[in-house]
Amino acid sequence: MINRKVILNIAKTHLLTKYKQTIVAALGVTFGIGSYITLSGFMTGLNGMLDDLILNQTPHIHIYNEIQPSEKQPIASFDEFKNTFNVVHSVKPKQTQKKIHNALPLMNYLNRDPKVRGALAQVKVQIFYIAGSIEIGGNLTGVDVMKEAELFNFNDYILQGTAADLKNNDNGILLGIGLAKKMSLEIGDRVQISTIRGEIFPLKIVGFYQSGIGDIDNIQSFANLKTVQRILGEPENYVTDINVKLHDIEQALPLSKRIEQQFKLRAIDAKTANAQFETGTQIRNLITYAVSATLLIVAGFGIYNILNMLIYEKMNDIAILKAIGFSGKDVQLIFLSQAMIIGIIGGVLGLLLGYFLLITIDQVPFKTEALPTITTFPVNHNIIFYIIGICFALLSTFFAGYFPSQKAKKTDPVRIITGQ
Amino acid sequence: MEKVLEARHIDKYFKKPILFQVLKDINFSVAKGEFATIMGKSGCGKSTLLYILSTMDTDYEGQLFLNEELITGQSPNKLAYLRNKHIGFVFQFHYLLAEFSVLENVMLPAKKLGEKSVMDIEKEAIQKLGVLGIEHLAKKKASMISGGEKQRVAIARALINNPSLLMGDEPTGNLDSHNSDNVLSIFRQLREDYGLSLLIVTHDKDFADKSDRIITMEDGRILI
Repeated sequence: MINRKVILNIAKTHLLTKYKQTIVAALGVTFGIGSYITLSGFMTGLNGMLDDLILNQTPHIHIYNEIQPSEKQPIASFDEFKNTFNVVHSVKPKQTQKKIHNALPLMNYLNRDPKVRGALAQVKVQIFYIAGSIEIGGNLTGVDVMKEAELFNFNDYILQGTAADLKNNDNGILLGIGLAKKMSLEIGDRVQISTIRGEIFPLKIVGFYQSGIGDIDNIQSFANLKTVQRILGEPENYVTDINVKLHDIEQALPLSKRIEQQFKLRAIDAKTANAQFETGTQIRNLITYAVSATLLIVAGFGIYNILNMLIYEKMNDIAILKAIGFSGKDVQLIFLSQAMIIGIIGGVLGLLLGYFLLITIDQVPFKTEALPTITTFPVNHNIIFYIIGICFALLSTFFAGYFPSQKAKKTDPVRIITGQ
Repeated sequence: MEKVLEARHIDKYFKKPILFQVLKDINFSVAKGEFATIMGKSGCGKSTLLYILSTMDTDYEGQLFLNEELITGQSPNKLAYLRNKHIGFVFQFHYLLAEFSVLENVMLPAKKLGEKSVMDIEKEAIQKLGVLGIEHLAKKKASMISGGEKQRVAIARALINNPSLLMGDEPTGNLDSHNSDNVLSIFRQLREDYGLSLLIVTHDKDFADKSDRIITMEDGRILI
């Protein structure tokens, strides 16, 4: 205990008398760790934003009836051709209804599942927007808008107007921003839509919808579930899609498989639906890791260099300390504790530097058409980067100090004293 | 008579650049309270012998006893402890830690030994500096004092743990005659007042003449 105090005291004196060198060494750590945190936070922030762009509005599981050919063609049920090789040409898709059979009980069932945060019904229908003599093809989706806002951040995509405005207006519509521009429509205007069967309905514009993806904004609009059911002349149990949000997205794949089997519906999980997007995320993450690792390694070598020099300069002191009764281990501890002190101070300053840089980046305005809700650069203040940062600062300074201090431990005092 | 230090059949080889025997069958001892000097020409191996005796150099053959206890083959940690407790060392060049104050330099070996409280160590260090007549320098930085003063600080540091033996490798080699006389009288006084044993390597004939015993070395052997 006393020993440790003496050793720490010597280390402290060395560091304080050579304070310029100490500051340079600590700053090496600080900049290394600071830039690691900044870069990780910024890059993962951007990644997260891109992920959110897709995942926020995609359901974890999307359930619908897909038009597809029967897997089992009628000939297969015919006993006489059981042992023959049958070829069916021009297979046509099976006639199915768009509506999900028994949708309301199915939703009840899903909502009771503890893994499910919420299951929302939607009615999707293809319509035409009528602007004078021009008809623009598009989609109208009937939604339970308040729940969409709660589970799928629907409010983020509404420009001028709110989800509640739609909720309160039985004939309201949230018009895609691209459509609104094409047809020069403002809030409060009416837009006429026509179903495929030719019935025309006027709807009142209560807000605009902007997903950030131009192709969608040019065709997509939203209305209340009941409104769309009424337009179609269908009853309340007419539901074409069910969107499920889970507590844990990792559960999406197994649950979707189960739903497909149990209810003979198509259920697609978010990761399957956005497979190529996942690859992009993985590659971006890989780049983040590679860049951070490089930064940390460069910082580590800087620390090693400075400590090495520090120890060469102190050869004389090492010899004296050994001559007056300090063991090799004591001497090693002196230099190792210097390294660790530099690591701790530099590391903590690095955390602060990273934190302030991230806060600064967070304030920098960043406006893009594609992302209506983003006003500044996105950053990710994940505590894990700070933990990795400080751990690396300590580990790298330990190793950067360990090898030179090992040298100090082995230095033969006689050679230095006798000047050999 | 009680022996503070004893060497038996010590051989030492330099392996580089060619195999060369520096010390050949060294046998001698230092008694308690004895002031011995080792003299000899440059390259006769006297410094090499001193560093073996100081336990800093462990690469030798033969046996070494400190206070009649075999210390050859002890672990480096144990040797460091023995050096700290029983041996004080004064070099040709002052060899103080430049960044520390005079007082801290003197206190350091005692702090390492850790047998006394810091308060007691400080009191003792000031007392040692007083014995050497330099207590007014206590708060100064070691790099800010003169050569003769540095050597006296080094002696005070060597004495702080009340060692059985004080070793010196040409402690006066770098000092003018005035300071050199000063150091000599300090050594003699320490021997008389505290019964300290001294083993000093020197080139200085006048210095050696004032010691109790002169050990002369030539070509790796002790002559007398």
